[in-house]
Amino acid sequence: MNFIYEIKITYKDSVNDPEGLTITESSQRIGFKEIKKIRSGKLFIINVESPNENEANIKIDEICDKLLHNPIIEKYSFNKI
Amino acid sequence: MKIGIVVFPGTWSDRDTFYALNEVIKINSEYIWHKDQSLNNCDFIILPGGFSYGDYLRTGAIASFSPIMEKVIEFSKQGGPVLGICNGFQILCESNLLPGILIKNKNLDFICERSFLKVNNQSIYSDQYKQNEIINIPISHGEGNFQLDKYNLDKLEEEERIIFRYSSQSGDETESYNPNGSVNNIAGIVNSKGNVLGMMPHPEKASEKILGGEDGKRIFTSIIENISQNV
Repeated sequence: MNFIYEIKITYKDSVNDPEGLTITESSQRIGFKEIKKIRSGKLFIINVESPNENEANIKIDEICDKLLHNPIIEKYSFNKI
Repeated sequence: MKIGIVVFPGTWSDRDTFYALNEVIKINSEYIWHKDQSLNNCDFIILPGGFSYGDYLRTGAIASFSPIMEKVIEFSKQGGPVLGICNGFQILCESNLLPGILIKNKNLDFICERSFLKVNNQSIYSDQYKQNEIINIPISHGEGNFQLDKYNLDKLEEEERIIFRYSSQSGDETESYNPNGSVNNIAGIVNSKGNVLGMMPHPEKASEKILGGEDGKRIFTSIIENISQNV
């Protein structure tokens, strides 16, 4: 079976995100005073061929741990779509 | 003695490193392609600067899974000397040969300038410098902001594994002389055994007077001398 996942990688809350800070400052400068904080991140869309959803979830966890995120500064979450 | 310079797709400082070693220091070095299966009996491995795999995903992340890196990791675990310069430092962190990670510079700028560094001479890569000597070596990076959790940072400090720190010309190590936001002004560190050094500044680009300075040369001559004594 083919499963499609969206994987979201973001900085841990304790990690400084210079890109997010710069975009926050820029949005306030152009008038979005209500926007108080922006954090940046990455999104991956992954197709997995797997006999069942449980095993597909395991593969997604594995690739996130091994390659897609660096646990020192990042965290990940995923949804099947 | 033979030195191996690993080339990944997107590496760009390999030729400067080759030139500094073969033409300036007059020691034999050769290129090793990232898909090679062997380090070809080299005694010392350098991962040079550049943008391996276009810096996709995270700097150094994809290169750390290149076929040659299995051999480099094995070589370093047996005590073999490995030097990572700039992107090479990023690859060593992603390969878990060194602790920490290098993220975007605090001001988001790509910085290309000469930098002053204060030297801790307690390593096989820096023992030809005087303790606390100030040297001038260029930096050229967008992701040189070294970050590490407090526990491991304290450990690095206690074990005197921080070999280079950004400073002023007179040795002031305050935040105003920190170009990229690195914790504790860190510019270069060694692993616990001391055989693996990662540094953001480019010693190969400061190896000849005609290039504006030769303060970087002693990093190569220090390690070469130390290897020669053990061969």
